[in-house]
Amino acid sequence: MSYFGDIAKGIKTLLTGMSVTGKYFLTSRKGAITQQYPDNRETLKMFERFRGEVVMPHDESNEHRCTGCQKCELACPNGSIEIIWDRQIDAETGKKKKMIDQHIYHLGMCTMCGLCIEACPTDAIVWAQNFENSVYDRSYLTKVLNKPESKVKAGIED
Amino acid sequence: MNITLSITKNIHNWLFSIMPEGVASITEMVLIAVVYLAIFAVAGLYLVLLERKVAAWFQLRIGPNRVGWWGLLQTMADALKLVSKELTGTVKADKFLYNLAPYFVIVSALMALAVFPFTQEFQAFDINIGILFLIAISSIGVIGILLGGWSSNNKFALIGAMRSGVQTISYELSVGLSLLTMILITGSLQLSEIVEVQKNGWLIVQGHIPAVIAFMIYMIAGTAETNRAPFDLVEAESELGAGFHTEYSGMKFAYFFLAEFINMFIIAAIATTVFFGAWLSPFGITESIPLLGVVWFLGKTLIIVFLMMWFRWTFPRLRIDQLLTLEWKYLLPLNLLNLVLMALIVWLNLTIQF
Repeated sequence: MSYFGDIAKGIKTLLTGMSVTGKYFLTSRKGAITQQYPDNRETLKMFERFRGEVVMPHDESNEHRCTGCQKCELACPNGSIEIIWDRQIDAETGKKKKMIDQHIYHLGMCTMCGLCIEACPTDAIVWAQNFENSVYDRSYLTKVLNKPESKVKAGIED
Repeated sequence: MNITLSITKNIHNWLFSIMPEGVASITEMVLIAVVYLAIFAVAGLYLVLLERKVAAWFQLRIGPNRVGWWGLLQTMADALKLVSKELTGTVKADKFLYNLAPYFVIVSALMALAVFPFTQEFQAFDINIGILFLIAISSIGVIGILLGGWSSNNKFALIGAMRSGVQTISYELSVGLSLLTMILITGSLQLSEIVEVQKNGWLIVQGHIPAVIAFMIYMIAGTAETNRAPFDLVEAESELGAGFHTEYSGMKFAYFFLAEFINMFIIAAIATTVFFGAWLSPFGITESIPLLGVVWFLGKTLIIVFLMMWFRWTFPRLRIDQLLTLEWKYLLPLNLLNLVLMALIVWLNLTIQF
């Protein structure tokens, strides 16, 4: 009897599959996942986990959280991150301290692997959801992440 | 030859009044052929659009919506693009067969359209062996596919074409036998008479259990005949590039593509004619207006076309051994059993008739 049993089972599973796709077909009008991109440019919001580019957030008093530890530079598999730093005298303690001058990020070389963000101990760099990265010359893709005149937030190193 | 087109009776009389009989009937045939060609070239394009739209809805997408209102001119634009493209080919291709193959496919697809009864007396060619003609014609197309695959001098194309040969030879049996099951009720191969019989109830109702089984087998085998997913081993994109039409470009490729969709329409139209009463309306609600039969015919056909699209976007592709197992170990024995069952039912007068 397993011959006819197989046939019955086959038909049943085929119908199950068809009911699944049928449900999708009926609800497709409401749940369409297509983004009609240039039309909805104003309202389009990328997903939280989308990896657009690496940015360094600054707060309102122009302070970032990067201590210049270079862990991101070491973590980067293809050298997309370069950190230019020097030792400066800290205003509070009067001691010499490592501070970043420029956090240089080559977006054109970045593979969006996210290892730098995982490596960062102070969460100084994060993913941005911006995806409109086309430029006319690749030199525009080399970015300095820390804003001019910015400094590290107090108490981050502790 | 029996060309019965009551709508064109005036043209018919006018042509016969100004020409000798032989010339007039040839002119008539050419006219009808041109009309059918024009209608079904456009209909084929819109079937492609329908397929793309339906596929999009199954996959939660939107589908073509840029060219024309709701993307209605998308396939027209595609066809224009394909016409303007260069016709390339491989260097060592067998040029004659290579160029011949697309015509085999498209001509055999269009020939089959001639016998469908779109509505009362709206049938280009009411041959008395209609169903046999349809089965015969629908299997000629595979010669085109084999020629195309062989003459392209390309491994992918050859593998695709050979698979197509295996598939069509196997599944033709099931198509033929499942239609034969229904012929037991009608007792005639002529399509207009098959429709006449169905005035007492559509054949799928008249034949009840064996008819439903025959319909299921017909749909499976018919989908395989048109080389559509889940039986699209012939052009399996992930394995063979584009299968037998890998080396074709421009309009020759478009012929293969169009033929595939017209074949789908034909399979659906045969199912409509044989199982669902062709142009007959349910319970004869619009019997007084024969012209509405076209709407019923196309409506039923499109529902079955939609069913085939539903198959395509639901089921994964079969392996070649699974394909042959399905045909030779399941469909064929079931079909033969079903044939005997149907014969018993017709013999014992157990058909349901209104």
